[in-house]
Amino acid sequence: MEHSDNTNLLEVDIRKQLKEFRLEIQFSCGRGCLGILGPSGCGKSMTLKSIAGIVTPDEGKILLRSLERDGREEEEQILFHRERKINRKPQQRRVGYLFQNYALFPNMTVEENIRIGLKSQGKKGLPGKGERLSRAAQDARVEEMIRRFRLSGLEKRYPGQLSGGQQQRTALARILAYEPRVLLLDEPFSAMDTYLREGLRLELARVLKDYDGASVMVTHDRDEAYQLCDYLLLMDNGHVLTAGRTRDIFQNPGTCQAARLTGCKNISRIERLGARQVKALDWNGLVLTTEQEVGPEIFAVGIRAHDLEPAADGIGINRIPVGNGSVTEMPFEWYVTLENGLWWKVEKTIHTHDSAGVIPQWLTVQPEAVLLLRGE
Amino acid sequence: MDWSPVWISVKTASLSILITFFLGILAAWLVVSIRDGRAKMILDGILTLPLVLPPTVAGFFLLYLFGVKRPLGKFFLDFFSIKIAFSWGATVIAAVTMSFPLMYRSARGAFEQVDPNLTAAARTLGMSEWEIFRKVLLANAAPGVVSGGVLAFARGLGEFGATAMIAGNIAGKTRTLPMAVYSEVAAGNMDTANRYVMVIAVIALLSVMLMNWAAMRTENQRK
Repeated sequence: MEHSDNTNLLEVDIRKQLKEFRLEIQFSCGRGCLGILGPSGCGKSMTLKSIAGIVTPDEGKILLRSLERDGREEEEQILFHRERKINRKPQQRRVGYLFQNYALFPNMTVEENIRIGLKSQGKKGLPGKGERLSRAAQDARVEEMIRRFRLSGLEKRYPGQLSGGQQQRTALARILAYEPRVLLLDEPFSAMDTYLREGLRLELARVLKDYDGASVMVTHDRDEAYQLCDYLLLMDNGHVLTAGRTRDIFQNPGTCQAARLTGCKNISRIERLGARQVKALDWNGLVLTTEQEVGPEIFAVGIRAHDLEPAADGIGINRIPVGNGSVTEMPFEWYVTLENGLWWKVEKTIHTHDSAGVIPQWLTVQPEAVLLLRGE
Repeated sequence: MDWSPVWISVKTASLSILITFFLGILAAWLVVSIRDGRAKMILDGILTLPLVLPPTVAGFFLLYLFGVKRPLGKFFLDFFSIKIAFSWGATVIAAVTMSFPLMYRSARGAFEQVDPNLTAAARTLGMSEWEIFRKVLLANAAPGVVSGGVLAFARGLGEFGATAMIAGNIAGKTRTLPMAVYSEVAAGNMDTANRYVMVIAVIALLSVMLMNWAAMRTENQRK
């Protein structure tokens, strides 16, 4: 993936044979957050663990370039390089790893948890700008982190006595205290109740914005990925499906798998009828007009459930008969399933419970909203 | 009643739990750190052996090693002029050998219960392996390790078979409480045996309660 607007800091190119599949991943990222989005067990976490040095890849290399303020290259730090037989210990990599369950030490207080990473700075073999910190400097840094992450008053508490949000803040404080060169976030919200997530996501977004280095976040939640990540890498079965700017990928996922991962509910195989016309085989042979030309590599089309709109009648392009649809009520949406199998989501208010009149006779979709998908 | 068996037993059990406790924990750490599955299995088998062997057989092996004409026994005799077999030290060796597997297994189980993410996090935070062992592994496995210590202590206190083989039953020297109970019953002195039994029951109960209390305290502190 190429980022023209910043300099690459982290370069990963690794291969590892796993039980179920072979992990083969290559990417580079600079300042800003790179999201790795994929289903559970697709090798996302394994990638993060390889960068941190917790697991060792079979082949490849992991480089972390430190840059000086003026952008001149200060040193090229090799974390792992198979051919050159370099494999730095996790202790020597100076990465910040936010674990799914935060991995706070239950036997240490909030303060001690934050301090423990500082104590190890400047030890023999720790590269980067880690200098040995005096006790006073450690105190100051711990205090700063406690203030910054709003943990005042909780210094003497043990992790078991904290809420999920406070635990996450402590874990972030512990990592950022020693100024890691790269931030690795492993499903940061999976251990959290839904109602807590949205507030914490905003908080994490702020932390990521303030952070100078590269960060890589692994998630299976497309909302999280969209909100927090500037760049996205879609992954399945150990392979990269597609990569690019987050918005571009959501707008044009390109493949069926990518469309599904970004939340496209409606996908149908097609038969090509013309340059811009297809027959959707899975939707009772619905004929659709597309904006872009349908190449021979196009295998399917996708329509996001929100992109369908009611139409007055069946005259015009891309008219879709609703037929015998069924309606499910959600707090802020109606989920409508059309007779031909399409999903349609209509917004509603929490006060509405009557679905009468919600379902029109006809729906329509703009030609540009018909996603052209390569098969796989 | 002759109080020497009580004194010998307390001395033997106390010294042997000190040795077993540290050896067991270190062995557990070693085995947990081994990545190679086969090496792990073999080492575990050897370390657990005294637990699965009949105590007399384990004692036989000890005699084989520490007898005056045997390699280890000869070494100690030649270089330190210490005769190990049938001395008080032999009761300690027997107790350590027999209680070691309980300590090692409990500690290993407790270490393996510690969330692997904690050790991984500790590494990314730059902590040395020795620091991780003390501050993460041991600290978070403390209740399990302590209860392993209780088991090992009880096992050492009650050690009979291997002790009989390598230390014998010399009154005032190697006659521990279990030995004394056996000897008194064999001699038909049921009253004396009874008293010994009461003493050993009280010591065992008290020590278990003490250690449980200690384990409970560490756990409650963090809630």
